[in-house]
Amino acid sequence: MAYSDKVLDHFKNPRNVGTLNKEDKNVGTGLVGAPECGDVMRLQIEVDEETKVIKDAKFKTFGCGSAIASSSLATEWLKGKTVDEALSIDNMDIVEELALPPVKIHCSVLAEDAIKSAIKDYQEKNGVA
Amino acid sequence: MANKLIYLDNNATTPTDPRVVEAMVPYFYQHPGNAASRSHPFGWAAEEAVDTAREQIANLIGADSKEIIFTSGATESDNLAIKGVYEMYARKGNHIITCTTEHKAVLDTCHKIEKQGGEVTYLEVKRDGLIDLAELEAAIKDNTILVSIMFANNETGVIQPMKEIGQICAKHGVLLMSDMTQAVGKIPVDVKELGIHLAAFTAHKMYGPKGVGALFVNRKKPRVKVTAQLDGGGHERGMRSGTLNVPGIVGFGKAAQIAKEEMDQDAKRLSVLRDKLENGLLQLEESVINGNTEYRMPHVTNISFKHVEGEGLMMTFNQNIAVSSGSACTSASLEPSYVLKALGLGDDLAHSSIRFSLGRFTTEEEVDFAIDAVSKGVNHMRDLSPIWEMYKDGVDLESIEWSEH
Repeated sequence: MAYSDKVLDHFKNPRNVGTLNKEDKNVGTGLVGAPECGDVMRLQIEVDEETKVIKDAKFKTFGCGSAIASSSLATEWLKGKTVDEALSIDNMDIVEELALPPVKIHCSVLAEDAIKSAIKDYQEKNGVA
Repeated sequence: MANKLIYLDNNATTPTDPRVVEAMVPYFYQHPGNAASRSHPFGWAAEEAVDTAREQIANLIGADSKEIIFTSGATESDNLAIKGVYEMYARKGNHIITCTTEHKAVLDTCHKIEKQGGEVTYLEVKRDGLIDLAELEAAIKDNTILVSIMFANNETGVIQPMKEIGQICAKHGVLLMSDMTQAVGKIPVDVKELGIHLAAFTAHKMYGPKGVGALFVNRKKPRVKVTAQLDGGGHERGMRSGTLNVPGIVGFGKAAQIAKEEMDQDAKRLSVLRDKLENGLLQLEESVINGNTEYRMPHVTNISFKHVEGEGLMMTFNQNIAVSSGSACTSASLEPSYVLKALGLGDDLAHSSIRFSLGRFTTEEEVDFAIDAVSKGVNHMRDLSPIWEMYKDGVDLESIEWSEH
């Protein structure tokens, strides 16, 4: 199975790898997947208190190339978006952008889950329903 | 060496030895005959070439040439042996014993037999991949007709105690079949000494061509017969119809002859290289060998690199190095290796496994390159891995509620 150039690019030069302080009130952390399933994504966002714009996003992923590329792409897309805008990111957008084959669609679903989970964590910390 | 392709996936298939190719070439055009054409020189030449190959192959496994049935490969041989015995010995019984780490060609054949009303016992293996001989003996019943245990495992290289298994089968008067695909041509195999009655193997795992295999069928004490699975011209003593693949068979024979002569030196050289590779990679923290290391093929190692996913890891070096992974992502099934799981590995460790299988053409320079590239890959993937970070921070991974998906 050959990978698309975009998957290879994100895999070889992953964007925004790292860790934000999950205790920080402005940081939301999403940890999704399971080691038994072969995919674990941790995606973090840091939201500007005033503007509610995501000013930083970081990830670490245990998984195949498509999983790493999906989460790397997600962090790129998140930066500069408001929380509300971020919620509208759909897994099929990731599938399209990375040209993921059908067997790898679950990687994009996981990335969407990670985004939603990170936002939920941020909202809960900040008393937003 | 940046653009060099290094092949460490010899358990999947081996390159065809150039000496084998050379031996095959005349049988495509110069000697085009059908080995079953008894009435002209073209047929005679083909038949003679097949006879020679049959001798060479029989000689490699300690059999008589009349006991070699040519097939299209080991999958067909496994099917013919198991289904053929099940049908031929139906009056004697309908129970077959095999084990959970067998190749799918054996397991799926057994599943089909169960659907047809047969009874199959799947022996579990121990943590090191070996079957428990006492369990095997206890599983034999009055209606048991066949025990089918592979010689060496394709994923781990673990070698089963065939001699002891042969003794147990002899004691109870049960036929013993072995899928010897990974062993023949690489380590000494003597079917008579081991008490094996049927054995499946193939040319392309021993530097021969793809598309030709063999089934050894014992002829004396006991005389074993299998019901043919293909109807046709009654070739191969009526057990396997179909025009013989003469060039393929010639290549298979040549590969067997070379293996017989060079096996010992190849095995010695490869076990040194394998150990070098293995020791080099075990320098990485949290890396473990899967399967027994004492009873193991000399050219194989299967290693799990904890908290790194196998397919992702392979992607870091697969422009240069070819290996296999037990990770789900490399197969269509999304389930990680059933062989490693049968050894008691958790799904997480099965996902983290890589199989390295060296071969006749592997060099020390390639092994050195592989140690370096794989080590860099593991470190890179761990830098990306959230569970590696948690492990390093002392988080108990078992305590986390993962969202299974």
